[in-house]
Amino acid sequence: MRGRNDIRPSEITPEAVWQSRRQWLRQAAAGSLALGLPWGARAEEAGDPQGPALAGTRNPEFSVEDPPNSWRDITTYNNFYEFGTGKADPSENADGMRLEPWQVRIDGAVRRPLTLDLDDLLRLAPIEERVYRLRCVEAWSMVVPWMGYSLSHLLKRVEPTGDARYVVFTTDLQPEAMPGVRAGILDWPYTEGLRMDEAMHPLALLTFGVYGRRLPPQNGAPLRVVVPWKYGFKSAKSLVHIRLQAEEPVSSWMRAAPREYGFYANVNPAVPHPRWSQATERRIGTSLFAPLVPTQPFNGYGEQVAGLYQGMDLRRNF
Amino acid sequence: MARAAWPLRLSKGLVFVACLYPVGRWLWLGTHGELSANPPEFLIRSSGIWALVALWLTLCATPLRRLLDWPGAIRYRRMLGLYAFFYTVLHVLAWGWWDRGGNWGAMWRDVWQRDFILIGTLAVLCLVPLAATSTQGWVRRLGRNWRRLHTLVYPAAVLSVLHFYLMRAGKNDFAEPHAYALALAALLGLRLWWRARSARRDGQSAR
Repeated sequence: MRGRNDIRPSEITPEAVWQSRRQWLRQAAAGSLALGLPWGARAEEAGDPQGPALAGTRNPEFSVEDPPNSWRDITTYNNFYEFGTGKADPSENADGMRLEPWQVRIDGAVRRPLTLDLDDLLRLAPIEERVYRLRCVEAWSMVVPWMGYSLSHLLKRVEPTGDARYVVFTTDLQPEAMPGVRAGILDWPYTEGLRMDEAMHPLALLTFGVYGRRLPPQNGAPLRVVVPWKYGFKSAKSLVHIRLQAEEPVSSWMRAAPREYGFYANVNPAVPHPRWSQATERRIGTSLFAPLVPTQPFNGYGEQVAGLYQGMDLRRNF
Repeated sequence: MARAAWPLRLSKGLVFVACLYPVGRWLWLGTHGELSANPPEFLIRSSGIWALVALWLTLCATPLRRLLDWPGAIRYRRMLGLYAFFYTVLHVLAWGWWDRGGNWGAMWRDVWQRDFILIGTLAVLCLVPLAATSTQGWVRRLGRNWRRLHTLVYPAAVLSVLHFYLMRAGKNDFAEPHAYALALAALLGLRLWWRARSARRDGQSAR
């Protein structure tokens, strides 16, 4: 029989009361933010990770030490133009996206073209958690605990031929769920590309989750690539097609503004965007009085990836 | 000069407080963690929008006076204009501090690197002498030239909306700049129409 002391706190405190306490804590934490204090307290209270769980073990070799951004920052400050160009648009508009069933076609210069269900893809290799820096071409940055495995696992499975020198990623196009595609801006569907050796680099992550949860739609559900040494737009979201080919592809952004966006888009403080400097970045989630952070070549992953570009003029191949 | 009557002082006080609404809103949003994931960007953009709103309201004073046959409208113009300058200064400070890291060199380079920063700078340069000569003393000292000098508000407004267009060009998202441009076209169009009409009348009476 249950004794008097077995009553759990949740049985005593009415929900409205603890909700209001949480609200108070949130406001107190946010108040500290307004005073210029770090946002750590806020990250824990406001917006715990949501959605289906996705298990994975931390890979320390591929994780940075910087404190990760909050779930709230990561899931409410997004560029996903299919859902609108405002940073909050994707989190507000992406709910209607159809995520099931989901299949990805992998074909082109391969011996074994495949069409895989999401479940097949999730089982293809062990899921790891990797804390990567993310540097947007718009000069802001975050730190994100992604869940996934190296894209190379998938690419090896389809047995690339000698002609496979580039990989093209295509984002799904769901006009009925994507208000942004009606506005023009880019040629839809969104496409991006990598050179084969870039795609085979272990840092190139086929990503299914964030913070131990499956990716929310605004972050590229159900799967995307994450290429941490390149500007964020190279990391295509919500993939339905991966094609290997001999020719260098023309990505959506290269077609829209060839003077501003090149094929490589490696993070490089020495090469300004034609319309702004790339020397520094604003780290999202730091206090209002935090200084801008100097941007690092290859977003700090130079030791691992600079060798891929030996002998190349990175000013011309921007 | 005699003190203004109390209804006018009261209404001016109310307008003064109402114009501080954006500041109050920022403080409220800041203390509730609602300044988005990127508060510096939010504040830079918000201060710019409110600078536009205040400048457009300033430009409403003359048309309101004529359309409503309400001479008193003009009494709020200086305060509104100074608020436009106030939010412009906050906008520039926010850009310099948060976007350029408080680095003078980075600010200077930005003026020449980004078209819309250059255009915005020109708009600010148009507004500075207007704010500086807004006192009664300067109105007296400059005489007829005061009116001439203060026509700089028109290039300031046109450059401001151009600055907004160029800033949005990267995203091809022009809904808001269109709205401000349309309002400005109406405000300036009315003036041109009145001017043309009175010129025609003058021409007829001279004959």
